[in-house]
Amino acid sequence: MAETLTLAKAVNSGLRRSLEGDPKVLLMGEDIGRLGGVFRVTDGLQKDFGEDRVIDTPLAESSIVGAAIGMAMRGYRPVVEIQFDGFVYVAFDQIVSQLAKMHARSSGRVKVPVTVRIPYGGGIGAVEHHSESPEAYFAHTAGLRVVTPSNPVDAFHLVQQAIACDDPVVFLEPKRRYWDKAEVDETAAPPLPMGSARVVRSGHDLTLVAYGPMVRTCLEAAAAAESDGTSIEVVDLRSLSPLDLDTVAQSVRRTGRCVVTHEASVFLGMAAEVAAAVAQECFYELQSPVLRVGGFHTPYPPSRLEEHYLPDLDRVLDTVDRALAY
Amino acid sequence: MAIPTHAPDDGFVQLLTPEGERVENSDFPLDITDDEIRALYRDLFLVRRVDAEATALQRQGELGLWAQLLGQEAAQVGAGRALVSGDMAFPTYREHGVAWCRGVDPLTLLGLFRGTTNGGWDPEEHGFALYTIVIGDQCPQAVGYAMGLQHDRAENAVMVFFGDGASSQGDVNESFIWASVFNAPVVFFCQNNQWAISEPLERQTRIPLFQRAWGFGFPGVRIDGNDVLACLAVSRHMLQRAREGAGPALIEAFTYRMGAHTTSDDPTRYRLDSDVEAWRLRDPLERVRSFLHKQQLVDQSFFTELDEEAEQLAERLRAGTRALPNPLPPDMFDHAYAEPHALVDRQRAEFSQYVAGFAPEEV
Repeated sequence: MAETLTLAKAVNSGLRRSLEGDPKVLLMGEDIGRLGGVFRVTDGLQKDFGEDRVIDTPLAESSIVGAAIGMAMRGYRPVVEIQFDGFVYVAFDQIVSQLAKMHARSSGRVKVPVTVRIPYGGGIGAVEHHSESPEAYFAHTAGLRVVTPSNPVDAFHLVQQAIACDDPVVFLEPKRRYWDKAEVDETAAPPLPMGSARVVRSGHDLTLVAYGPMVRTCLEAAAAAESDGTSIEVVDLRSLSPLDLDTVAQSVRRTGRCVVTHEASVFLGMAAEVAAAVAQECFYELQSPVLRVGGFHTPYPPSRLEEHYLPDLDRVLDTVDRALAY
Repeated sequence: MAIPTHAPDDGFVQLLTPEGERVENSDFPLDITDDEIRALYRDLFLVRRVDAEATALQRQGELGLWAQLLGQEAAQVGAGRALVSGDMAFPTYREHGVAWCRGVDPLTLLGLFRGTTNGGWDPEEHGFALYTIVIGDQCPQAVGYAMGLQHDRAENAVMVFFGDGASSQGDVNESFIWASVFNAPVVFFCQNNQWAISEPLERQTRIPLFQRAWGFGFPGVRIDGNDVLACLAVSRHMLQRAREGAGPALIEAFTYRMGAHTTSDDPTRYRLDSDVEAWRLRDPLERVRSFLHKQQLVDQSFFTELDEEAEQLAERLRAGTRALPNPLPPDMFDHAYAEPHALVDRQRAEFSQYVAGFAPEEV
């Protein structure tokens, strides 16, 4: 039953499955109905599930999340779309002060199974505020789970797992990988639980840790390095909260070296947490310090400069070389 | 352009004057029995006692903070008693009177201000959401809940409480828009108590707040917020209208915060005693008391028994507050997530082990 799907279409299929499987699931967002979303991720869903379940909302991100919280209190399982990463900050208060804390402050009486879908990251030549990587803000916030698929198979399963989860989940979609294709068997069971990382390429000289849009870059870098005789293992984190540090540490114990990468600024980014954990867990096995390669501590630049801002294959391999040189 | 007047008697709905005289209003007729009026007075009286007792407990160091409702009893009891089973209320942090009407034990509220819990009650059981501290955040949630009622075809409504300060918040204005375009069964109940901590109403608005409703596409009405009968009648009317599918409404209950913003505030720094004195003549309890006397609906034993009931309640709150159990240190991990979370589970285990390393008396 495997079918070739883009990552965008895989999310669409996952949403469709969830809508079919649970009448309490409903979708809300800007332009998600008639238009099918600006990236067409919700294409056809309003037609098939009706305007009551696939709801075009006013242009008000804070209320998109706030209303989802209220609906969740009423027993619904809302999936909201924030149209672009740079627009989620308007909803930051509802996400951090309300969504993340509701379960704890109600001593577990109120569950808010809200999924916040956000297309994130750069690389598509977009205008300002359309290329942000806000994952660390959310991963830093207790009460939220944060996941991000790197490929269509994970996208299909992870979005359903996020919706089924009783906790609020920030679901980050790597927008420059929306058009990546893969065979997706929609009848297959999910290969992994939501919180697990996965070794996506085996190697023995160094562990390259990535997630979302950077996984493909790292796989390409590993392939290029192989021709130079370097064997790189690539770990796709998949979940940023919780972080599956066991999978990362097991890998680094074998390879002795670790490079962590993401598009977001490396300063206080996800890589800092991974590096600290690896330093602690793999202290005696490490052959070199854990190095990071990612965005700079600048606002996301105009798109004509983004290829220099985003860590590409060459910058990843340059960092790999520095790690190997110790 | 002249600034419109905010004079309290400028066109608001009043069914009981400060002197205790009944006024009829053909738009908002109130069919109410003598027993119901006596019950309303009991609510007002006991809620005021809860507030006074909590303020005293804060002064004694038993509570970290208390947000007084003094002066707003009628607004809250009138609105609270208009809600029926299946309706949902979304409060700020000052809706102790609504909480009372929804059957939330005041002692539970005190736990919040003592610091033994951040919540304390089951919103579904009481039809009363948790207190919301961040100003206005509850409004979009209330609309979402109302949309859920709509989706369920439930014949109920939501009432969401906020203040004059909150009327400036983006979330509140967004929620007006959402309620309007989705025709959600939600009544916005604004207690305009004239002060947002130290900022007067004039810093929030140039027009009477209730008039904003028309710009959003639904009716607004200003009521005498110190008149429990007006608050009850107009709330009942707007809630019923919402339950029947006629959509949202805004009620501006014109009232006054007689106390401080919270026990940490000092209102003598920003307002005149004479203003407070003028509002004392509009006291929400006195007018009901006068009415009960004049109509000979009660005898002295009614007030004596109520005093005794208030004393017992106060004693229960005093003893109960001091007896509220402190949460145990590992409790903070318990509900951070609904499902197991590897990091929280590990931190709980490590912290529990750390705590266990101390002798019991040191913990």
